Amino acid sequence: MANQLEIRNLHARIESGEEILKGVNLVVPKGEIHAVMGPNGSGKSTLAKIVAGDPSYEVTAGEILVDGQSVMEMEADERARHGLFLAFQYPVEVPGVTNANFLRLALQAKLGQDVSVMEFYGKLQKALQILEWDESILTRYLNDGFSGGEKKRNEILQLMVLEPTYAILDETDSGLDIDALKVVSKGVNAMRGPGFGAVLITHYQRLLNYITPDVVHVMVEGKIVTSGGPELALKLEEQGYEWVKGLAVAAG
Amino acid sequence: MSDFDVATIGSDYKYGFRDEVKPVFKAEKGLSRRVVEAISYHKGEPQWMLDFRLRALEIYQSKPVPTWGGDLSGLNMDEIYFYAKPTEQRDARSWDEVPEEIRRTYEKLGIPEAERKVLAGVGAQYDSEMVYHQVKEELQRLGVIFVSIEEGLKHHEDLFREYFATVIPPEDNKYAALNSAVWSGGSFVYVPKGVKVDLPLQAYFRVNTAELGQFERTIIVVDEGADMHYIEGCTAPTYTTDSFHSGVIEIVVNQGARSRYTTIQNWSHNMYNLVTQRALVKKDAYHMWLDGNLGSKLTMKYPSSYLVEPGARSDILSIAFASTGQHQDAGGKLIFAAPHTSGSIVSKSISKGSGRSSYRGQIKIYENADHAKVNVECDALLINEESRTDTYPYMEIENNTATVGHEATVSRLNDEQIFYLQSRGLPEDEAAALIVRGFIEPVAKELPLEYAVELNKLVELEMEGSVG
Ligand SMILES: Nc1ncnc2c1ncn2[C@@H]1O[C@H](COP(=O)(O)OP(=O)(O)OP(=O)(O)O)[C@@H](O)[C@H]1O
Ligand SMILES: [Mg+2]
Repeated sequence: MANQLEIRNLHARIESGEEILKGVNLVVPKGEIHAVMGPNGSGKSTLAKIVAGDPSYEVTAGEILVDGQSVMEMEADERARHGLFLAFQYPVEVPGVTNANFLRLALQAKLGQDVSVMEFYGKLQKALQILEWDESILTRYLNDGFSGGEKKRNEILQLMVLEPTYAILDETDSGLDIDALKVVSKGVNAMRGPGFGAVLITHYQRLLNYITPDVVHVMVEGKIVTSGGPELALKLEEQGYEWVKGLAVAAG
Repeated sequence: MSDFDVATIGSDYKYGFRDEVKPVFKAEKGLSRRVVEAISYHKGEPQWMLDFRLRALEIYQSKPVPTWGGDLSGLNMDEIYFYAKPTEQRDARSWDEVPEEIRRTYEKLGIPEAERKVLAGVGAQYDSEMVYHQVKEELQRLGVIFVSIEEGLKHHEDLFREYFATVIPPEDNKYAALNSAVWSGGSFVYVPKGVKVDLPLQAYFRVNTAELGQFERTIIVVDEGADMHYIEGCTAPTYTTDSFHSGVIEIVVNQGARSRYTTIQNWSHNMYNLVTQRALVKKDAYHMWLDGNLGSKLTMKYPSSYLVEPGARSDILSIAFASTGQHQDAGGKLIFAAPHTSGSIVSKSISKGSGRSSYRGQIKIYENADHAKVNVECDALLINEESRTDTYPYMEIENNTATVGHEATVSRLNDEQIFYLQSRGLPEDEAAALIVRGFIEPVAKELPLEYAVELNKLVELEMEGSVG
C-alpha cells in the first residue's frame, strides 16, 4: 500500500552483536499519529535510528517502506530527502555551525534547490512563533551548550522547517517543563494533516494529552506486542508494563 | 568575488597551471657568493646591502639544518634557482604595464577584480620580483607607503634602514639568514601616525618557474595609533620537482596601533615553505596573526609576537590542513617582556589521509612581565584512521604573577555528528565538511568575508570523498 510508513518484520542488531529488534511490524498511514511506548531498553530508539538509516546497526531481515517504496538501500541523507525525519532522543551538538546556516543547508538539501533568504526566513519566523522562541536561537551553534529542553525544542524547529512526510519523535517530551511541553505539542499539532504521519516514542501519557494519538503501540524486547487506542496509554500509566511483558513471552 | 578562489589543493589543486613565461634573467642553480652578488647587482643596491647579504650568507653556511621540525632531507639547495627575474619592469602601477602572460595569471587568480572591489592596495610577486604594486590614491595622499621592498630601499632608504633586519636579524635562524642573503621581492609598508586603512592591503605570491626558491622580504611599520590589515596569498604550479619558499616578515606596531597579518598559504604540494615572521608590539598596541596553512609539502612556520612594552597585546590564530603527503608544522610564539601584556594562541589543525599536522608553540614570560596573561588552545581533528597530529608546547614562565591557560584536544570525526547531519538530508561528504567548518569557525570568523567563503569552499573540496 502506498501512503504509509510500513515496517515489516524488522530484525536488527549492532554489528555482530545481540539481536535488538526481533521482528517489528508497524504501519503508520499518512495523516495519522501513532504512539510507541515500552520499557527502557526495549528497542524503541534503535527502531527509530534504523528507520532513519543509522549505519551502525545491521538489519538482518525485514523491510522499511515509505509510500510503498523500500528505503533499505538508501543512506540516511537520501531517506531524509525522501521525506523521513527523526527527532533524536539525544540531539547531537555541532559546534561552530550556526543553527540558521545548518537549517538552510538542510532545507536546500531536502528541496534539492537553493532557497532564497526571504523564503527561508519566512518559514523560520512561522515556526519560531508557534514554538514561542526567540530569534537569537538561530545564531547559536547547533545544539552547542543548549539545555536539554532547548535541544528538544530545536528538534521540533527542524521538523517544522524541513516538513517531512513521516517523522519519528524519540522522547521529545523527556526533559521538557510543562510550558515547553505545551509549546512543543503545539508545534507537532501544527504539522498534523493529511500529508503527514508521525510516530511518537514516549514514556508518559502526559504528552498524549496534548497530542492525541490515533493508535498506541507497545514495544517489548524488540517487538510490538500489542496495539490499541489512546486508552491503552492510560492503562499502561496505571498498571505499568508487567502485564505486557507476559504478552512478549507469549508472542516469543 | 566568486572566482576569487584562495584555494583548492591536492588532486583538485586548480592553481597548478603553468605559464609559458621565460624569466628575463635566471641565476645559475645553487647557492654561492656569485649568486648573491648577481642578485644585488640586478637590484642596483647600495654597498651596505651587498655587505649585509654576504655576511648573512656566511651565517647561513655556519648554521646546521634544523632537525627538530619537519623532514628537510629532501630539500636540496644545489637543485634550487635562487633568483629568477620575470620582467625588466618592477612595480608596475597599472595592470596594463604588466606583461600580458603574467597579467593573465593574476586575472585567473582574480586579483585585479578583488583589488577593485575589496582591497585598499595590491602587490603581486611573480617568481622573484614584484611585478605590480598599487595602493588607492587617497591612502597615498595620507602618506601610506605600499611598494615593493626594492622600491622601499631605493626611495625610502632612511626609513628602510631604521627597521630592516631589526626585528629578525640574520642570526635568528638558518632560513632567516638564507633569506637575508638572497631576499628578493616582498612589500615595504608604512602607515603613518593615526591613519586607519579600512580595507586590507594584499600581497599575492606566485611561483611559476620550476625548482625556484622565492625569498620574499617584507617590512611593515604601523605607526602610533594607526590601523592596518595585510593579507598574503600564495599559489604555485604543481611540478614533480620541489620548490622552495622562505620569507621573512618583520612588523613593528607602534604605540596604540592595531595591525593584522593574514596568510592564506595554498602552495602546491611540491613546496617547502619555511617562513619567519615576527611582530614587535609596543605600548598598548595590538597585533593579530591569522595564519592559514593549507598547501605545501612541508610548512614550518610559527608567527611570533614580542610584547615589548606595557599593555601590548597579541593574538595568534592558526588553521592548518594537512592532506596525504603534507606536513604542517605550525603554531606560534608569544614573548612577554613587559608588564600587563597579554595574548593568546588558538590553533586548529585538521589531518586527512596520512597527512600530519603538528602544533609547535612557545610561550615565554620574562621576570619583569608582571601580570602577563596568556591563553593557549590547540585543537586537532583527525579525519581518517591513518591521520596524524602531535603537539610540542614549550612554556617558560619567570614571573609568578602571570596567568597562564593551556588547553589541548584531539578529536576524530564523530560518527554521531555525521549521522545527525545526514539524517537532515546532508550527504556524508557535506556533513563532514560542515563539521570541519564548524571546527575552524572560531578562527575563520576572523577572516574578511570573501576569504571565509573561499576557505569554506576549500574545506568542502578537501572533504569530498574523504570519509565513508
Ligand atoms: N549502539 C549500541 N551499542 C550497544 N548496545 C546498544 C546499542 N544501541 C542499542 N543497544 C542496546 O539495545 C537495547 C535497546 O536500546 P534502545 O536505545 O533502542 O532502547 P529504548 O527502548 O529506546 O530505551 P529507552 O526507553 O531507555 O530510551 C538496549 O539494551 C541497548 O543497550
Ligand atoms: Mg530510547
